[in-house]
Amino acid sequence: MQQFADYLLDEGILAGLPKSLGYALVIAFFAFVLLNFIMLVAGVTSWLERRVWARIQSRVGPNRVGPQGAIQWLADGIKNIMKEDIVPTAADKPLFKAAPYLAMIGFFGAWACVPFGDGLIIADLNVGVLYITAVTGLVVVGILMAGWSSNNKWALLGGMRSAAQIVSYEIPAAIAVNAVIVLTGTLSMQGIIRAQGWAPWNWFLFDNPFTFVAFFIFFVALLAEGNRTPFDLPEAESELVAGAFTEYSGLRSLLFFLVEWGNLYIIGALCTSLFLGGWQTPHFTDNGFVLGLVQFVVFFLKSYFLVFVAMWIRATLPRVRVDQLMSLCWKYLVPISFVNLLGAMLWVVAFPHGFLPARLGMFLFGIMVTIYFLMRVAFHLRRARPEMSWNPIA
Amino acid sequence: MNPYIALLISFALCAIVAGIMCGASWLLGPKVENKAKSEIFETGNPPLGSIRGIRFPVKFYLTAILFVVFDIEVVFMYPWAVVFRRLGWMGLGEMAVFVAVLAVGLAYVWRVGALEWD
Repeated sequence: MQQFADYLLDEGILAGLPKSLGYALVIAFFAFVLLNFIMLVAGVTSWLERRVWARIQSRVGPNRVGPQGAIQWLADGIKNIMKEDIVPTAADKPLFKAAPYLAMIGFFGAWACVPFGDGLIIADLNVGVLYITAVTGLVVVGILMAGWSSNNKWALLGGMRSAAQIVSYEIPAAIAVNAVIVLTGTLSMQGIIRAQGWAPWNWFLFDNPFTFVAFFIFFVALLAEGNRTPFDLPEAESELVAGAFTEYSGLRSLLFFLVEWGNLYIIGALCTSLFLGGWQTPHFTDNGFVLGLVQFVVFFLKSYFLVFVAMWIRATLPRVRVDQLMSLCWKYLVPISFVNLLGAMLWVVAFPHGFLPARLGMFLFGIMVTIYFLMRVAFHLRRARPEMSWNPIA
Repeated sequence: MNPYIALLISFALCAIVAGIMCGASWLLGPKVENKAKSEIFETGNPPLGSIRGIRFPVKFYLTAILFVVFDIEVVFMYPWAVVFRRLGWMGLGEMAVFVAVLAVGLAYVWRVGALEWD
C-alpha cells in the first residue's frame, strides 16, 4: 500500500499534492474499499450460514432470491434500509442511537489491522495483537450501551451477559496469544506472519505442542467473544427475545448483525494470521500483482474455512448454560492457558531455533487426527444414509 | 506514514458511512408515530416499571473486577513475551514466579467461591 501511495504521488493522479494529504486520500480510499469488502463478506456469510445450517439440518434454507438464494443478503439489507427506525419513548435516546456506531467502529478497527497480503493492510501497528484485543473491547461497550439504553429488561440482561462473557473470555484468548509472541518476539501482525512459512509444518499451529493447544484455546475463546453458538447466551432467542438488540429495528439492528457476521470473519482471520501461516505462499513469480492476488486468495480461503467451521459448530452444538459458560472459562480455559504459557516459554528456552522433529511430528499428528475425523464422518454418513433419503427439494 | 493516523482515518470513515446508511434509512423509511409501537417490548405485556432502579445480581460486578485484575496481569505479560528470547532462563524464572502469584490468586478466588455462578 505504501508503494502504491508513493507511485500515485510520484507519477499517478495525485502528483503535485502535498505528501501527507496524498497519503490520507490513499488510506481513505483503501479504508472505503475495505468497508465495502466487509459488507460483502458479512452479507454473503449471512446467506451462506443459513444455507449451511439448512444443509446440515436437512432443510432447504433461503433459495428464492437469485440463484440458490445467493443475493438474499442484498434483499435483506435493502429491506432493512426501507424500514422505520423505531426509538422507544422510554429509551435513553442519545445512547440508544450511538450504540451501533460504537460497535461498528470497534469492529472496523479490528479489520483495519488484518493483513490480507504482504503490504495489503491499512495500519500495520507494532502492537497489532494487543491493539486488536483492545479495540474489540469497543464492541462490548456498544452492546452494553444498547442493553442499558433500551430500558428493557431483556435487553439489559442480554447486555450484561454479553459483557460478562466477552470480558471473561478475553483472558484465555490474550494468554494463548503469548505462546506465539514468545516465538516471534513481535506483536505486529505482519511480523508474526513473516515468522511463519508457507508449508504447513512451518505454521505456528504445528511449531510445538503448546502452540497447538493455544490454537484451540484461542479459537474457543474467540467464538465466545463473538457471541457465537454454543456461547450465544447474550441473544439466546428462546430466553431473552433478542438480547441487547431487542428494541432495535431497521438499519440499526442491521448494523449490529453486520458486526456479528463481520466478527465471524475476524475470528478466522486472527486464527489464520497467528497460527495458520497467514498469507504465506511460495515465491513462485516476480510479478508483484499476481503474487499479491494469490496471497489474498490464500488468506481468504484459510480464514473462510475457519468461518465454515464456526458455522458447522453452530449448526451442531446446543447452547450452554450461563454457569457452564463461566466455569468453562475460569475453571478450565484460564488455568490451562497459564500452564500452556509456561510450557511454551520452557520450549522456547530449550529450543531457541525450533525443533524440527517435533514440528514434523505435530504436523503428522494433525494429519492423523484429520484423517481419523474424516473416517468417522464417512462412517456416520454411510450409516445415516437411509434416514437422509428424504429429499426436501423434490 | 504513521499507522495511527491511518486508524484515525478509518474510524472516521466508518462512522461517516454508518451515519450515511442511517440517514438513508431515515429518508426512505416510513415515520408513523404510534403509542403502542414506541412502547418497550415486554413480550406483549404492558411494560412494568423501568430498569433504572433495578437491582442487579452482584456476580456480574464480581466478574468485571476479576477481569480487570487478570487482564492487567495479561497486559503485563505482552512486553515480557516480546523480549523473552533475550531474557532466557532468567526471564523464564521471573515469569514463573509471576504466574505462580497469579495462580495463587486464582486458587484463592476459586476457593472462596467467586467463580461459582449460582
